[in-house]
Amino acid sequence: MKKFKLFFCILLSLTIFNTLKSAEQIDPIKVDWSFKGLLGKFDRASLQRGYQVYNEVCASCHSMQYLSYRNLGEPGGPEFSEEEVKAIAAGFEVTDGPDAQGEMFTRSGRPSDKFVSPYPNVNAAAAANGGAYPPDMSVLVKARKGGANYIYSVLVGYEDPPPGVTLDEGVYYNKYMTGNKIKMPNNLSDGLVEYADGTEATVDQMAKDVTTFLSWAAEPELESRHKTGLKVMLYLILLSILVFLSMKKIWSRVNSEE
Amino acid sequence: MSEKEYVPKSKAGKWFNDRLPLLSLASHLTDYPTPKNLNYWWTFGGILTFCLLTQIITGIVLAMHYVAHADLAFASVEHIMRDVNYGWLIRYIHSNGASMFFLAVYIHIFRSLFYGSYKSPREIIWIIGLMIYLLMMAAAFMGYVLPWGQMSFWGATVITNLFSAIPLVGDSITTWLWGAYSVDNPTLTRFFSLHYLIPFLILGLVVLHIWALHIPGNNNPVGIDIKKPSKDTVPFHPYITIKDAFALLLFSIIFAGFVFFAPNVLGHSDNYIQANPMVTPAHIVPEWYLLPFYAILRSVPDKLGGVILMFGAIFILFVLPWLDTSKVRSSVYRPIYRQFFWILIVDVLVLGYVGAMPAEGIYLVLARVGTVYYFLHFIVILPVVGYFEKTEPVPLSISEPVLSGSADYSMAKKDNEKI
Repeated sequence: MKKFKLFFCILLSLTIFNTLKSAEQIDPIKVDWSFKGLLGKFDRASLQRGYQVYNEVCASCHSMQYLSYRNLGEPGGPEFSEEEVKAIAAGFEVTDGPDAQGEMFTRSGRPSDKFVSPYPNVNAAAAANGGAYPPDMSVLVKARKGGANYIYSVLVGYEDPPPGVTLDEGVYYNKYMTGNKIKMPNNLSDGLVEYADGTEATVDQMAKDVTTFLSWAAEPELESRHKTGLKVMLYLILLSILVFLSMKKIWSRVNSEE
Repeated sequence: MSEKEYVPKSKAGKWFNDRLPLLSLASHLTDYPTPKNLNYWWTFGGILTFCLLTQIITGIVLAMHYVAHADLAFASVEHIMRDVNYGWLIRYIHSNGASMFFLAVYIHIFRSLFYGSYKSPREIIWIIGLMIYLLMMAAAFMGYVLPWGQMSFWGATVITNLFSAIPLVGDSITTWLWGAYSVDNPTLTRFFSLHYLIPFLILGLVVLHIWALHIPGNNNPVGIDIKKPSKDTVPFHPYITIKDAFALLLFSIIFAGFVFFAPNVLGHSDNYIQANPMVTPAHIVPEWYLLPFYAILRSVPDKLGGVILMFGAIFILFVLPWLDTSKVRSSVYRPIYRQFFWILIVDVLVLGYVGAMPAEGIYLVLARVGTVYYFLHFIVILPVVGYFEKTEPVPLSISEPVLSGSADYSMAKKDNEKI
């Protein structure tokens, strides 16, 4: 009875609260991501394509300062081969130093290097983009309400502004963006990149791939977290059953005295 | 504490115990007579001890990798998440552990409210418990600042600014707390230092809390004084230890569910954006466990009034043992108070909900009604109900709850069956 009441109170409160919620913004599109759910894993091919989209499209403005090139070859990620990772890293010019003479110098990238940022600092990035800093994308998926669904929705959510809405120069209309105004232009168009695996590069495909890649970047531990979590759960449940049986046995001494 | 004197069997044991009676203490803890009818709401003391130790152990490891500096803190957290072996696991246990800690402490507190565990002769246990709760809130708040995300920064700004409401010296106090003229690097470093200190203060208070508990012994669902030891009690070990262990395992399953499958669901996404003093988030909200107090704070149009009411909401609990006029402890035998207990729970849930919403329109109205009711409950309802309520007959002992034919027989029996 007590438990029922508690449950009822919570249920009642939740239903009241949900009806109170105002719908001022449209919900992002729900995508059936492979990495959702208790056993979710990333789609390896999609991660690799997503990296390509990031590298060829997003990376010209967005940094990913907390990732290293070696991460691209680690288990649970895009899992590029060691050679591929080396080749990817070598494609970037990294400022290093100071050398013995006290001079900074540039060299080609190594897998241990962090992703090279497109701009030297936040102010430079903002100045080059009409005053709006293109956010670092390392943890972007975790930093937005709605996560992967939201990022994907914004990427495919560009529209002509409805009548009556006037936009300033360099501002675009996006139906999923908070406030509907975004300073990032619609950068995706069909066939923009040429996928190495022959997948057709539609806007939808590219948006999904790059969102998958960003989701991994934000949570590179996701696959090992899910795997470990399953083992931990099984262990805890089995142990609970054993302890429960022991408890029953021990307490039977007390109960039988009555 | 009326057990017979413990004497170690071995000579060495006796030698040691005569000089430092640790073995006597261990013997007292194992034999400690505990009411045999404790239900699962009584397992949260053990669970809370587990939570505290988990936070301390994971916290010590995190502190080895974390950098308390405004320019480096955010990056060092990402370093923990990406480069430290199982760093993600340690951090997620710590961050979700805080929520689990509060979940358990709220159940523990409401258990006490329902069964009257705060009443004579357990007032000191209750007051020490509230001091622990206050320190927990301080530790949690400062801990939330450490990742130096947007919510960290702006949460710290809002809460520290509360002190500026104090007349005359408010601004000086706020500046003193900050160590600067706004929330900045000095604020972060001192919060880190205090965040590391407070858990050990809590640990000390926990020892006092348990010590104070072991003087009168546990309250129980029937809420009556019992003879100890007697057939109404069982030794703490193995009876209570195994039951606490089972409850702890169930709790751990929920805990692990959050850590492994929804580690960020209790956090705010804005805290994955690095702190930026130039950009204010649309809604600044504290962690869920502080929301009811945040709602009370914002329900008052005057800043100082809001601060007074918010702190008052906690400090009123300190005098609770003297506000409750009922001689009967357990709500099982208090038909009227029992109803108000559930209304209070709903009230706190409503306050928690509106605390997460913008302070306007219907939410503000709800917050005000909720706040008024919260204080009404403690200041008016509790003393008055205790005075006028006709309580149901209370059994004389746990083993013989029977005043045959009385209405509460089945209820007392049900509580007995739970063991």
